Amino acid sequence: MGDLVQLLVSGTATGAIYALAALGFTLLWQAAGVINFAQGEFVMLPAFAMLAGLAFGLPVWLAFLIACVLAAIVLGAGFKQVVVDPLIRHGVIPLVIATLGLAIAVKSTVRAGFSAEAHPLPSPFPTGQLSIAGINVSYADIGTLALAGAIVIGLQAFLNRTVTGRAMQAVAQNTESARVLGIDVRRMVLYVFLINAVLAVVAALLIAPTYLAKFDMGDSIGLKAFFAAIIGGFNQTRGALLGGVLIGVLENLVGFYISPAYKEGVALVLFLGVILLRPEGLLGKAEERKV
Amino acid sequence: MSAPARRAAMLVAIVAALAIGAAFLKRSDVYLLTLTMVYLMATFGLNLTVGYAGQMSLGQAAFFGIGAYVAAIALKAGVPFLAVMPIAAVACFVIGLALGFPALRVQHHYLAFATLGFNVLVYLILRNEEQVTGGTYGISAIPRPTILGVSFEGHLAYFHFTLASLVALGALLWWLLRSPWGRAFAALRDNPIRAESLGVNITAYTLLAFAIGAACAGVGGVYYASLVEFIEPGPFHFSTSLMMLLAVIIGGSGRFYGPVVGTIIIILLPELLRGSSHEALKFMQKWYLVFFGLAVVALMVWLPGGIVSLADRFRRRSTS
Amino acid sequence: MTATPSLLDVKDIRKAYGAIRAVDGVSFSVRPGEIVGVIGPNGSGKTTLFNSILGQIRPTSGSVEFSGEDITGMSPLELARRGIGRTFQTLQVFGGLSVRDNLIAAAQEFSGTMPGRLFAKPDAGLGQRADEMIELFRLKHVAHLPAGSLSYGQQKLIDIAMAFMAAPRLVLLDEPCAGVNPGLVDQLRELLVQLNRTQGGSFVVIEHNMGFIMRLCPHVICMVEGKVLAEGKPAAVQSNPAVLEAYLGN
Repeated sequence: MGDLVQLLVSGTATGAIYALAALGFTLLWQAAGVINFAQGEFVMLPAFAMLAGLAFGLPVWLAFLIACVLAAIVLGAGFKQVVVDPLIRHGVIPLVIATLGLAIAVKSTVRAGFSAEAHPLPSPFPTGQLSIAGINVSYADIGTLALAGAIVIGLQAFLNRTVTGRAMQAVAQNTESARVLGIDVRRMVLYVFLINAVLAVVAALLIAPTYLAKFDMGDSIGLKAFFAAIIGGFNQTRGALLGGVLIGVLENLVGFYISPAYKEGVALVLFLGVILLRPEGLLGKAEERKV
Repeated sequence: MSAPARRAAMLVAIVAALAIGAAFLKRSDVYLLTLTMVYLMATFGLNLTVGYAGQMSLGQAAFFGIGAYVAAIALKAGVPFLAVMPIAAVACFVIGLALGFPALRVQHHYLAFATLGFNVLVYLILRNEEQVTGGTYGISAIPRPTILGVSFEGHLAYFHFTLASLVALGALLWWLLRSPWGRAFAALRDNPIRAESLGVNITAYTLLAFAIGAACAGVGGVYYASLVEFIEPGPFHFSTSLMMLLAVIIGGSGRFYGPVVGTIIIILLPELLRGSSHEALKFMQKWYLVFFGLAVVALMVWLPGGIVSLADRFRRRSTS
Repeated sequence: MTATPSLLDVKDIRKAYGAIRAVDGVSFSVRPGEIVGVIGPNGSGKTTLFNSILGQIRPTSGSVEFSGEDITGMSPLELARRGIGRTFQTLQVFGGLSVRDNLIAAAQEFSGTMPGRLFAKPDAGLGQRADEMIELFRLKHVAHLPAGSLSYGQQKLIDIAMAFMAAPRLVLLDEPCAGVNPGLVDQLRELLVQLNRTQGGSFVVIEHNMGFIMRLCPHVICMVEGKVLAEGKPAAVQSNPAVLEAYLGN
């Protein structure tokens, strides 16, 4: 019983990190029609940026803030300006290919110019465990859940309660009508890119302490984010959360009760199940066939 | 000479030059050329799926791996090479159908996601099912073929064998693309909705294009296993699939010789750089993938038709 | 009514999107060899009606029969196999294929089996038929160029020629004149008349261009707000006060 609770909590914590990356992924798709195959690298880069900051003797929180600013500039506005804007006219596929190329370039730059080793990032949370009634939960898991939860709730509140947030949702649902309503579509799309970049930094801060910062760490995170988004429903932000947490929890359960070797296959099996039984995703809405 | 005749003559000249020239090359260079041709079998197949039928497949390395492991196990068990090849091709074809069917039933772009996930799963199985695949230790001492008493054990003999097989596979694909099937593939790539309204069974053709592409990768895998003589899961990771896809696209998807250019860029050039002792080239080797990745981005922005489409551009400029 | 059994029977088709009734109880029939025109102002439900007949969307209620068989909700592929061809409002050609290959592609799936086609001649035995159509549509000088590289008007001609390649029993044309210059409109009308005479197929034509419809179709249906407002000979429909009001009133 204790094992199970522990597995569920730490699985949810890991899943929450996947969900952050998946959330940005979904937002990009909705608002800008971008499938970003470099999403995992968008998490890897800030992890190394923070490592660099720490190497200069900065405290974790300051390194995090600087990484956020850098990410917003480079992975948010820069990515949009340099890669997405010139390519979006050509349709989805060339952009997918370009982000694939970008992922390889970013990964290889880190490996060739920095390091091919795995580096631990100090955890922002205290070490040790909280024990209640014989059940042990690590502070890191609790902190991860709290921070990821706060970010998600804050983001949802922003999207639903503020004028800007609602304008962003309008753009995501229907760009044309949003434009007719007088919404500054370009600005809203830019905001989505900035939010995606910052979400990636948070995911990096949370995942690198346990899973280590390595040039190819993005392969796994990117894939999970990708599948989490489809499992939950590509056109629903809540879907990304559900998909991420589901993958995180099931990976932990499979790893413990079945075989750690097949942990990585969980996301795929879930995905195949979903496309067979509920192709629009668990929370997604079916789109009517367009002529 | 007419254009097709000129092209055929050029092809014969290139193949002949390769066949003869290889005798004067270093052993390691012959190996690299053979390796490139082996990958080319897989990327030729992928070009059929991606370039001619317009489907995104991100799992070509999984089929390449299935072919290689089937070959490794069967060849070591004494099954003759000429029997192993069709077994691997049919296995990959059938697995391709089984994988493609549920994905295509839903929506056509789900094939990309399904193949990507499939590749992850195949990689896990190769790594973990030690009794069958040898796990991370892989399978070693894979024999090279002896056919009708002729041994292709030597590096040059195996090179010629692979070259002949590649030409045969290319001819087969050429014939397929010129058949009504090839036309149906192009129709569903260009406009699936119109194709369906004209009686083209788009699900069936998409599945076939995908499964035939997979079968080509399986055949490539057989030649790969016999070439390297030792296989382990590493080369069949999904990152290889992504590289194969990029090879097809940067070469020029939907152009018959596009994969040749692309495969040289992803396989032959980096290996040549690695083997070089020159200081500047060593630097290039280290940063090769960085340049490659950036070049892919730049190519998508400025030359979405791939490198082979450059020829068209020049031709158009000179005629206009 | 004549004794000839009708080819297409559209019975009380309705399609609602929430509270909006895009098509609101439309019935009509087409006899073999007949050309029926469907006119109506923008948003009168013509295209929704077409898409309901052609299996692109499922009607809320009503049925469609084709030579006595209920074809309601069948997929475009099943309809094509029964001999129903169509064109789309927007250009729909295979841009990467040559004009000749576009035409062959439009008919090759209707004969033989799929494995058989793999081993068939490259032109699937349709080369001569394609050349005849190319001749008829005056596309000979561009026959070997990729369709995507041609002008809008030429692509429109290919588009329409493709719908007739397999000599379907019924062709539904969705605004064939949209975006086509006046000279070509006349050519198009003559072609359709000629095809109707030589192949004996039946057509249903949706069109905004009143002159085109009035001169092409012996039988015209006018739709307004999802309903059939008037039906009959072109002159009668044209002079119907309700039709005039629907067109000019707003």
